[in-house]
Amino acid sequence: MKQLITFVKKEFWHVLRDKRTLFVLFGMPIVQVLLFGFALSTEVKNTKIGVLDQDQSQNSIELISKISANQYFDIDQNLKSIDEAENAFKGGKIKMIVVIPAQFAQNLNSGKIAQLQLITDGTDLNMANQIYNFMSNIIQDFYGQKTFQQTFGVQPEIRMLYNPQLKGAPNFVPGVMAFILLIICVLMTAIAIVREKETGTMEILLVSPMKPYIIILAKAIPYFILSMIILVSILILSVTVLDLPIKGSLFLLFGISIIFIITNLLIGIVISIVTDSQQTAMLIALVGTMLPTLMLSGFMFPVENMPLPLQMVGNLIPAKWYYEIVKNIMIKGTGLAVIWKHVLVLFGMMIFLFVIAVKKFKIRLE
Amino acid sequence: MFRTLLILIKKEFLQIFRNKSILAIIFVMPVIQLVILPLAANYEIKDIKIAVVDHDKSTESRELIRKITASGYFKIIEYGENYNTAYEEIEKDKVDLILEIPNNFEKDLVRENKEKVSLAINAINGTKAGLSASYLAQILQDYNQQVQLKMTPELESAKKISGVEIVPKFWFNENYNYRLSLVPGILAFLVTLIGGYLTALNIVEEKEIGTIEQINVSPIKKRDFILGKLIPFWILSMVAFSIGLLVTIFVYGIQMQGSFLLLYGFISVYLVAILGMGLLASVYSETQQQSMFMVFFFMMIFILMSGLFTPTESMTDWAKYVAYVNPVTYGVDGVRLIMLKNSGFIDLLPHFGFITGLAIVVISWAVLRYHKTS
Repeated sequence: MKQLITFVKKEFWHVLRDKRTLFVLFGMPIVQVLLFGFALSTEVKNTKIGVLDQDQSQNSIELISKISANQYFDIDQNLKSIDEAENAFKGGKIKMIVVIPAQFAQNLNSGKIAQLQLITDGTDLNMANQIYNFMSNIIQDFYGQKTFQQTFGVQPEIRMLYNPQLKGAPNFVPGVMAFILLIICVLMTAIAIVREKETGTMEILLVSPMKPYIIILAKAIPYFILSMIILVSILILSVTVLDLPIKGSLFLLFGISIIFIITNLLIGIVISIVTDSQQTAMLIALVGTMLPTLMLSGFMFPVENMPLPLQMVGNLIPAKWYYEIVKNIMIKGTGLAVIWKHVLVLFGMMIFLFVIAVKKFKIRLE
Repeated sequence: MFRTLLILIKKEFLQIFRNKSILAIIFVMPVIQLVILPLAANYEIKDIKIAVVDHDKSTESRELIRKITASGYFKIIEYGENYNTAYEEIEKDKVDLILEIPNNFEKDLVRENKEKVSLAINAINGTKAGLSASYLAQILQDYNQQVQLKMTPELESAKKISGVEIVPKFWFNENYNYRLSLVPGILAFLVTLIGGYLTALNIVEEKEIGTIEQINVSPIKKRDFILGKLIPFWILSMVAFSIGLLVTIFVYGIQMQGSFLLLYGFISVYLVAILGMGLLASVYSETQQQSMFMVFFFMMIFILMSGLFTPTESMTDWAKYVAYVNPVTYGVDGVRLIMLKNSGFIDLLPHFGFITGLAIVVISWAVLRYHKTS
């Protein structure tokens, strides 16, 4: 036991001495929380548009001022002819051009159908659809009021559950947690062990009277503690800065986080056992765990839109299950009754990895 | 004078081809990422799962439900009379929203022309919730107009005369390809990642295993040493880019609209800036771990702030300024403009201007800095 403690102390010094890495480790969650919380969004606002008014009538001027009064759109360019349209898009600033054809007013006032063209930059179709819908709503509102009573009929009463202000935070804070824990436990642990192999100091440790499993345990413990500290700081950050309260049981959240951390430490250990160079270890950690987590766990992109094979691969990623568990506990406030299956899967993965680590480890010592 | 440089480049290539993990980064990463990312990154919102709690079960309520399913956005998972069962489904993520139709729905609608339905939406994903709500509001509006027309048929003629018809046109994307802007963006991101990562790790590796001392005591000039590092990685990154470009064109069927010459010209300059930044990271680190974490840290900020996944227009004001000094913003935008819109050199002047300036700054910085430590 005393051996272990001395050893853990030594490992801790290694970690603490590397100020730059520590800076990145603590900086990363803070920056991610700030960016996701305050900088990024997918909502349409201040979209730059161009206007081509071939009509130059009272009606067209009214319509344009109605559009420019709207907060979603900024009229950035007044085009003279349709030939300028393509060049306007090529500069990349403008996302839509509203074309009011000649005789627009005349058609409108004489009871014919008056056409309007909304040309969008279709390279980003999601964005194009969204701004097309916004713009056509504005125009319909402007002209449509006269025909139909707006208050007539069925009105929806909308309740946004769990996240009434539609903030981004509830979706990404659990993702940031999963991702940072992954980096510390898998990447750093793997590198720390492989580095001893690469520099040759592992040999010295192995011929010492220390039992091999103690060496590995001593390597893992500092990263376990570091993970817990980072986890607590992310939670504090999200509660104070992002106003995201933890609705469910804190005890449960920490219990499951510990399972997740151990699972990832085991992945890191397995990687370190099967590789000999830091670069290979990094590559395996990156391609095998971090990229799949970013892409397939539902944190960046919605899982339900993915093709089935990708969804199935996603199910093999521990972070995906952890991400869903954290969302349930933190945001929805649900307990084991809803998430017991997820917990079971995560636990199963931990046991599985433990068995692999023990088996592989014995082979290496021969 | 180029002899030393040539020898250094040769040495570097020999080392690279001996290292399997570097080769994997160059050849496997572009393919994996370009194949998986566009499949995964699909924000299209469809098949919203809906539970209907219908307390009325009348002709009108069924008509409303029919209209909702007919829109194509919604899929009815459950139909019942109990709100609590539906809510449990939301808790389990089986359902995205609950539509509750009250008792006397039909009666009130006919008698008072007014009725309320309630929507409870799982809003953890705010974007999806907002869009679901607006789709449903649109459907309700259509439904209301239909009911109104049924009750007062005179409106039919009124509707026809004061019509404004809106004609949508989506340019640059005739096949309605949702991945069109994503794939070239990922291509740009990919060369950034590969170029930055490789350069950042390489010099540090020499520091860590001590071989840099040998170079420092040799008559090799600083200029030759740095160029000898940059040129091989520049070539390899161009190869990775070309592989990615082939995947983009042949696997995704995205046609190149602009000139290849301009695209390669742009990427060549862009890579010099990115490799320079990798160089800078390696100059400032002592171990590969440090260097990798540093690249990782900045890369993450650059990519999130580049407009690759979320549009730069939607960012808050201060974030936009960060995006404007972010090289990856220019890289992603530049490749998109050339590949998708056939933008010319004049359109890309700001892009060229920024990355050239950046390349000069970071490389001179790295060169000056390298001298002091050696």
